[in-house]
Amino acid sequence: MAEVIQQPSMNPASAPEPLLSMNDVTLRFGGVTALDGVSFHIDRGEILGLIGPNGAGKTTAFNVMTGIYRPTSGSVTFDGGSTARLKRYQIAKRGIARTFQNIRLFKAMTVLENVMVGADAQHRTGPISALLGLPLHRREEAAGREIAHDLLDFVGVRGRADELAGNLSYGDQRRLEIARAMATQPQLLCLDEPAAGFNPSEKQALMELIRSIRDRGLTVLLIEHDMRLVMGAVDRVVVLEFGRKIADGTPSQVQNDPGVIAAYLGVDDDEIADEDGEGSDAS
Amino acid sequence: MSETTTTRPAARMSWASSLRSSLGSRLRRTPRWAQFLLMVALALFCYLLPLLEPPVISTPGTDFGAVLFTVSIYVLVAVGLNIVVGYAGLLDLGYVGFYAIGAYTVGVLTSHHATWPWLLSLPAALVVTMISGVLLGWPTLRVRGDYLAIVTLGFGEIVRLTLINSEWLGDARGISSIPAPPSLPLFEIPHLDWSTGVPLVDFSDTTTFIEFGVTDPVPFYWLALTLVILVLLADKRIKNSRVGRSWEATREDEDAAELMGVPTFRFKLLAFALGAFVGGIAGSMFATRQTFINPESFTLLISILFLSAVVLGGQGNRWGAVIGAIVVAYLPERFRGFEQWRVLVFGIALMLLAIYRPQGLLPPRRTVRAQRMEEESQALEVGEADPDAELATAGPVARNPVDDAPVPPDEERSPRG
Repeated sequence: MAEVIQQPSMNPASAPEPLLSMNDVTLRFGGVTALDGVSFHIDRGEILGLIGPNGAGKTTAFNVMTGIYRPTSGSVTFDGGSTARLKRYQIAKRGIARTFQNIRLFKAMTVLENVMVGADAQHRTGPISALLGLPLHRREEAAGREIAHDLLDFVGVRGRADELAGNLSYGDQRRLEIARAMATQPQLLCLDEPAAGFNPSEKQALMELIRSIRDRGLTVLLIEHDMRLVMGAVDRVVVLEFGRKIADGTPSQVQNDPGVIAAYLGVDDDEIADEDGEGSDAS
Repeated sequence: MSETTTTRPAARMSWASSLRSSLGSRLRRTPRWAQFLLMVALALFCYLLPLLEPPVISTPGTDFGAVLFTVSIYVLVAVGLNIVVGYAGLLDLGYVGFYAIGAYTVGVLTSHHATWPWLLSLPAALVVTMISGVLLGWPTLRVRGDYLAIVTLGFGEIVRLTLINSEWLGDARGISSIPAPPSLPLFEIPHLDWSTGVPLVDFSDTTTFIEFGVTDPVPFYWLALTLVILVLLADKRIKNSRVGRSWEATREDEDAAELMGVPTFRFKLLAFALGAFVGGIAGSMFATRQTFINPESFTLLISILFLSAVVLGGQGNRWGAVIGAIVVAYLPERFRGFEQWRVLVFGIALMLLAIYRPQGLLPPRRTVRAQRMEEESQALEVGEADPDAELATAGPVARNPVDDAPVPPDEERSPRG
């Protein structure tokens, strides 16, 4: 029914190796197929939107990329290497960072400490160098602190560094999650519905923030429900439905794709249960 | 107008906690050199305590030096266990196992099967306990929460039963004639005598600096206190580093920590190893002082007592653990006259604590602050009409005027502020 559009992205001249590619990834939980032969890639320096109705497998795709789930079949290639044998923290260290749909900060730690945990991903200080106050420890501590303050400024959680993370307002918690993820110094930043619960003006500001993240040289993968928001912010869109990729292309291409419209509006197909009211603003 | 009505409950609820933490914040605002001097003075006072024998504090009927030694052993244990339970959030009910392993290693190496010098047996004991921590942690740290508690509980019991049943370890009779640390008698220090009401220097009651004898526990106390200070310093340094942050992140949200690049398993194992290390120090000091150990000293009850010291004081705060240990070890000795009431009083005290200070006597300063903020925000929420809730319930519509309360924070929340 839904036809797959295979569109190369905006730069046809040279085809550099993508930063990340999902190669025919299938993930099954018992009888449920969460991802069904999904393939797409993320180019360096782009903002890729990953959209789809509820339960389409967007977050699952995130979880496969970050090593929470191992694909039943297929593989994930990141920065020229397979992630199959890497542990979750090693994947993070290699350069994939993420935020969570339900905010998962270290609530009893301060804002600064939260971001410093992220920065620690690239650090090597162990108990001995901490105990003896070796130069390694002091250098990394200073560097982590500086990165953290810089990022807190960048995302706009300024002046609250010593506050407990759990005490920040909802919006600041979302932004702190972005800062924490960025502190791991990733190449790819995956944002799982970062605008959830935001009002329109906050959403707009967030999209500006995402663009300036890209300007810092990061590649961004964005899961978002609000179609209008996604379309305005991203370079390319991948649409998932029922664990399958149904479209892949520029926002305007995807927007006019009959399969995508059908998936979001759920009109001309009896099989598609119309559960998500949020899809209605797609058209 | 909404402000006046909403902040009052917050103020009422938080005055106690702000009062509580005011001492701490004042301490933090004093300059570093003053803090340092204060700490030195405190340490000096602790060293002199068994010689001063101040009337209210010292224990009638029991040797004050011996009590202080026991207290400092408990402090060591609590600080060590606090690394595991407080920082890393791993509920360990078998900590006494490490304590026993430390004690028995010294016993076996110096008296039972070999005649190693004491100074050599101590590091050996610490290596052995650390290895045992890793051996316990390696398979068990894959389970979380309550399951870990059960497994560690089993570990403590296994250690005790092995001690009872192993001929090689002296079975139920234990190990005796464990030697004391080498002495270096230099000079004698008199104690104070308060029996007349005024402090008098008592030259008939002296402690030799430094002679580890069976009769005088004071040098043992000095040694243990020195170890406490060293462990506290090490604890502070490690806590304020990548290691401490990783522990806390793991405690807060293990999966999120892992995805932020924290090798959580490795750090949990490290917490176990370091906790075991400190427990081993305490155990070997205990064995040295007692000169005689048997499995009786390492029961589950002791494990629970250790844990209650940490919980009582406030998990995650090293000074809380210290105070908890002092309460658990010192108070029963001080009020020995009421011995038959001891357990009852302890139980009541724990219940009161659970009701009034669920975070412990001295919770981490963050927890205090978090609680206060939570109380405040709760109070705010009560007064703040949530537009959604209003639609849903349609009940207390009378709160309309407060509606605009959440708007100003929204405005200042815009990013890139």
